[in-house]
Amino acid sequence: MPTYQVNVNGGTQTVDVSEDTPLLWVLRDHLDLVGTKFGCGIALCGACTVHVDGEAMRSCSTTLAQVEGKAVTTIEGLSEDGSHPVQQAWKEVDVPQCGYCQAGQIMTASAFLAKNSSPTEDEIKNAMHGNICRCASYTRINQAVKKAAEKIES
Amino acid sequence: MSTTEQNKSIAFSRRGFMKTTSLAGGGMLIGFNLFNSCKPKAEPTIDLANLNYNDFNAFIQIADNGAVTIHSPNPEIGQGVKTAMPMLIAEELDVAWKDVYVKQGILDTKNFKNQIAGGSQSLRGAWQPLRQTGATARQMLVNAAAIKWGVDASECSTSEGVITNAKGETLSYGDVVNEAALLEVPEEVTLKEISDFKIIGTEVRNVDIDKIISGKPLFGLDYKEEGMVYATVLRPPAFGQKLESYDDTEAKAIPGVIDVIKIGEGANKLLNHEKRNWTVVLSSTDKVVVIANTAWEAMKGKKAIKAKWIEESTLESTELHDQKLTGLLDGKNFTTLREDGNVNKAFAQADEILERTYESPFLPHNCMEPMNFFANITAEKIHLVGPTQTPEFVAQGVAAMLDRDPSEVHLEMTRMGGGFGRRLYGDFVYEAAEISNAIKKPVKLVSTREDDMTTGVYRPAIKYRIKAAVKNGEVTGYHVKEAAINSNMYGLIPNFFPAGAIENYKVDVANYQSNITTGAWRAPYTNFLAYAEQSFFDELAEVMKIDQVQLRLDLLEKVKGTTDERIQYSPERLQNCIRTAAEKAGWGKQADGVYQGFVAYYCHNSHVAEVADAVIENGMPVITKVTCVVDCGVVVNKLGAMNQIEGGVIDGVGHAMYGSFGFENGAPTSKNFDRYRLIRMKEAPLVEAHMIQNDFAPTGLGEPTLPPAGGAVANALKAATGKRIYKQPFMQDPEFWRTPEKEILG
Repeated sequence: MPTYQVNVNGGTQTVDVSEDTPLLWVLRDHLDLVGTKFGCGIALCGACTVHVDGEAMRSCSTTLAQVEGKAVTTIEGLSEDGSHPVQQAWKEVDVPQCGYCQAGQIMTASAFLAKNSSPTEDEIKNAMHGNICRCASYTRINQAVKKAAEKIES
Repeated sequence: MSTTEQNKSIAFSRRGFMKTTSLAGGGMLIGFNLFNSCKPKAEPTIDLANLNYNDFNAFIQIADNGAVTIHSPNPEIGQGVKTAMPMLIAEELDVAWKDVYVKQGILDTKNFKNQIAGGSQSLRGAWQPLRQTGATARQMLVNAAAIKWGVDASECSTSEGVITNAKGETLSYGDVVNEAALLEVPEEVTLKEISDFKIIGTEVRNVDIDKIISGKPLFGLDYKEEGMVYATVLRPPAFGQKLESYDDTEAKAIPGVIDVIKIGEGANKLLNHEKRNWTVVLSSTDKVVVIANTAWEAMKGKKAIKAKWIEESTLESTELHDQKLTGLLDGKNFTTLREDGNVNKAFAQADEILERTYESPFLPHNCMEPMNFFANITAEKIHLVGPTQTPEFVAQGVAAMLDRDPSEVHLEMTRMGGGFGRRLYGDFVYEAAEISNAIKKPVKLVSTREDDMTTGVYRPAIKYRIKAAVKNGEVTGYHVKEAAINSNMYGLIPNFFPAGAIENYKVDVANYQSNITTGAWRAPYTNFLAYAEQSFFDELAEVMKIDQVQLRLDLLEKVKGTTDERIQYSPERLQNCIRTAAEKAGWGKQADGVYQGFVAYYCHNSHVAEVADAVIENGMPVITKVTCVVDCGVVVNKLGAMNQIEGGVIDGVGHAMYGSFGFENGAPTSKNFDRYRLIRMKEAPLVEAHMIQNDFAPTGLGEPTLPPAGGAVANALKAATGKRIYKQPFMQDPEFWRTPEKEILG
């Protein structure tokens, strides 16, 4: 099996996997970074969202070849201690019910707010529309994105 | 329950249910058998002297430095019990919430009873027993301090883990915990007045919040052990098919694939075991299992299996179900679940009759975390770890399947990425155990989204036909007929509103036996019945030329003072919800261009009223807001409760609008989110939640706000467009897409 160098959360890791192995499963099964979740496997639910060079990407449909030479950030690497403004907003609003989709929600929101820290209501809804929350905590996701934006702005 | 039972400080006797233990490392452990205590007249059946803390499924550990650990007994599926149940204990223990550490209790099949997440019953059952546990521990700590000071315990008070005597001297819980552990358990303790609560009724964050936001391992799919392998299971692609043969050559050639085996015997054995067959229908046929080093390799291996399937029974279709259910409604073979007066006579004498039929499809659960379970079956023990709503039940099933003693099972519950009823069923646990037993290795069974959606335990497709008689401006007759796949509404539902409000009332049910597996889905039966009935009331009010809110208030007025003990709801409490919702939502005073739909419903012991607001955007109706008023008694955790309400309403709106699922040649028509639509951010209405303040014991909240939401939407759509929708999902009703009458009228 081919060997890949993956830059994850600031460190470079070497993995031996078949070339079609999605980044999601490299993170979960090979690098023990299980914060990134498996939801649908076809890039439609957003549970597996990570950042690749700052862009939100669906890791279930991303190969290692696509991230070669790029910086991958997972929920574990978003901050060392959960202090990222989006994580803090999620905590203050107490967004989760079951919590399973929330890492993906947080990664989508943080990539979005990094580019637009004073979003409109419609921009927030568009940005978060790709992430399913089966518990339907959408009201709080919306509130938390706004709160995070305030934190980033100040 | 009457208020007097709830809102007074009551001395409770708990002989036989409490036990303390000194801990080897210092400190005390106090245990309480939650479920035995729920039986009001239960006699002690256990030998107190020979108990250890494992005899209790809820317990507190107080270290000699005063640190408090509360073990939360029930499975956490997102309903918030891992936070709310310990709050009950901490309140009466009188400690500061910030000093409490919560741990998930494990299952012990020998000693523990009924650790289950289902029916929105966890907090309702725990309300008194868990407070008693806290109050008992508190009293023992106070007694120990009183002995130390040489004063009467009644002179001492507590606050945030500190005991104070009349002279103003203080001792912390940690100072007296070792002495307290040696004292007799008090026969009676006094619970706090509701007005004295410091933790119950406040806003407490999810106890796992820090782990969730930082991606720490919490869920079943995150669990790993040394030497663990992964397994995927290839099941028949259609209901009615079974495995004939398979070729695993290509699968075995995939790097990382360790082996391919066949299973099915274990589940077949369970099929004939006691009453477990309803949980293993899916497992009752031969299946092909791919064992691999990683989850991805196991999934890839499964795709490479070339299997041949043969028809075992009818390959059913949505068309067939539709015909069968309509046939049942048109037929005469019903079981009557409740009958008051004579509905036929009421219809014969009516001035007006309204009859409508409502239809709903099957629905998959779609928990975000796909089904999975860890099993390690060795000669020494059966180790199971994962997400299950019924740990005791599945543990016993695995033991039965493997001819082992249930006491050999060690089952740990993980936080669950959603449940919604799907994880009440043990199929994936039995499969994991059978696989581990066959390969003699620790194994993690993993499912794909496609596995979950195509081999589910679905909400059954159902049709309701509702008929009402109106005479002299009164509803004189009401007849509900249910035609459902596989099974019918459970016994309490016929006693929900409007039972008791209409003199001639009848509930009839019939079912068609299908080979498609069906089961509980968040708020079973009521999740669709509430829409049908509440939509029917909306139309009935039109026929009667009376305001929708007034019709419900009038009907409830007739239930007041009823002596019918079967009636489950309180007319006063439901009226209060209705009036509050009408006021909060501005019923009858809405702004121009806003159209409202009203509903009121009782289920899972809670009373709910909802008002949906619709507007027309680009010629199409859009639900912008739902006002939801809930009476679930004392609200334990406000923050968690609001989350359940918001989520329940949006989930209800989502599935009523978009949840479409059918079958063709026995196979589901949707396999993943490309063809199955769940509600997302842009479609989610604003939910304005209000909770009625009262002193009634807490009741369910995981389910009750979902069922009425579909009705609120349907009624708002009618108000906005003039069109009545009789079929879920609304998006598939041709009426929904017809140009609104109001648009045509301009």
